[in-house]
Amino acid sequence: MAKRLTREEVAHVALLARLEVTDDELDMFTGQLADILEHANDVEALDVSGVEAMAHPMQLRNVFRTDVIVPALDRDEVLSQAPSAEDRRFRVPRILGEAP
Amino acid sequence: MSESPTTAIDIAAAVRDGRVTAAEVVETHLAAIDAREAELHACNAVLADEARAAAGRGDAARAAGATLGPLAGVPVALKDNMCTRGIPTTCSSKILEGWRPPYDATVVTKLQEAGAIVIAKTNLDEFAMGSSTENSAFGPTKNPHDVTKVPGGSSGGSAVAVAAGFAPISLGSDTGGSIRQPAALCGVVGLKPTYGTVSRYGLIAFASSLDQIGPFGATIADAAATYNVIAGHDPRDSTSYAGAMATIGAAELAGDVSGMRVGIISELVGAEGIADDVKRRFTEAADALSAAGAKVEETSVPACVYGLSAYYLIAPAEASSNLARYDGVRYGLRIEADNITDMYTQTRTAGFGPEVKRRIMLGTYALSAGYYDAYYGKALKVRSLIARDFAAAYEKFDVLLSPTAPTTAFGFGAKTDNPLAMYLSDVCTIPSNLCGDPAISVPFGTGDDGLPVGVQVLAPALGEPALFRAAAALEGSAP
Repeated sequence: MAKRLTREEVAHVALLARLEVTDDELDMFTGQLADILEHANDVEALDVSGVEAMAHPMQLRNVFRTDVIVPALDRDEVLSQAPSAEDRRFRVPRILGEAP
Repeated sequence: MSESPTTAIDIAAAVRDGRVTAAEVVETHLAAIDAREAELHACNAVLADEARAAAGRGDAARAAGATLGPLAGVPVALKDNMCTRGIPTTCSSKILEGWRPPYDATVVTKLQEAGAIVIAKTNLDEFAMGSSTENSAFGPTKNPHDVTKVPGGSSGGSAVAVAAGFAPISLGSDTGGSIRQPAALCGVVGLKPTYGTVSRYGLIAFASSLDQIGPFGATIADAAATYNVIAGHDPRDSTSYAGAMATIGAAELAGDVSGMRVGIISELVGAEGIADDVKRRFTEAADALSAAGAKVEETSVPACVYGLSAYYLIAPAEASSNLARYDGVRYGLRIEADNITDMYTQTRTAGFGPEVKRRIMLGTYALSAGYYDAYYGKALKVRSLIARDFAAAYEKFDVLLSPTAPTTAFGFGAKTDNPLAMYLSDVCTIPSNLCGDPAISVPFGTGDDGLPVGVQVLAPALGEPALFRAAAALEGSAP
């Protein structure tokens, strides 16, 4: 059986997921997520050797279409819903670490 | 006009024949919303002006001699995770509050082309993650049969909209039971169609390999009529099924089950937590099918007991990926910060509720280096085992049968502190999503508390005709 999830692992996962958690939340989430993962350990004993992974219910193949221009979403309508836009583009805060 | 029609089919017939106008139908339903919405909170938005305008256009088209569609003048409520152009679509999340999509979901276009009128956007558990509608950022929805009880979820608002007569039909989405479980708890019909038969274009993604849109109705015939309208291949959804799909007609709705082979899934009937009153109603339902000529026997689908474990690794994994797009750049909430990483983090921290954060973290963990094979990879193989066992069962049976939910509607707060207990309410519904198969919940009497009980019929992929045949038989024999 896998070892129980730790507070440090949850803090790391929160960082990866770009979520900030308080100390109290970290305690709560650690307990809850550990319980859920422990429940999932019931599959541990199952022999799945030789079983194919099933990522999707349908037998999917690439779907191609002919390279023809068709109407797309209205650019101004899309940008009107953005938190910030400029020059017909999405505007974001500074990305590089140089001085402002 | 003697009596106002109440079912979608009767309303559409009356509107086509000119016995009632779409405008009158809309006013009747707006009045029903007005009478109980403050108490029930089924809706994130009531679209009174838009519905009146659409009714006016429909009535004018009829006056001009146009041929009306199969859902002419029928009000429909939409779960608020389906995009409606220019009309706020929130997923009951603060992170999308106020966002007005620049396009309509394919199901919305199809309903409107059939003459239906969108009357409300309904409440849900945030991003469809939950089984009680308590996870909505805008407050819970109440069960119309007992307002101290939850309506189920995540499509709780859509189930209540039909149960309370706000609209004869509504749409929900079902990732692990989010149509069928609230349908059972609210005493209405809820269908999760075969994966791929209804386009997901414009359905805000939770877990893409599991999500499916489907209808709620007060009757099997209304659910079928709605399914007929929304099903079909859509080039804008690459996972949309491209082959032939059945239309459900009078033959199926007659509910003739003589000779039909019906299997009772012993693992689900015997699952931990299935209440005695639910079991009693379930046995009555199985006996009713037997009396109607079906060959009913118990059968085993061994791997389905692992459904919950596989689901709660696969669905959060897909969710953690799908919800990465809420970063404050293109739509919805942004919390301003000096640099882009802080902006992402602060926006997501402020915008998502606790259950969404829980699932994003669970999924991120299941996909992370060192754990991928042990959790996500293993879950995908278990998913294969479950699909294999169901396929073997369908060699012997036309449809399978189980309870829909372990209990009748539970109280507010009963499971909010224990996510695992909440997840267990989906134990009977999850396997169909993992397999991509259709399943339907049919109301079948009440439990000891007088609240509705649902029975679930399951069928193999594209088995909607047999599914509806059995469902119609159950409807006809329900107490």
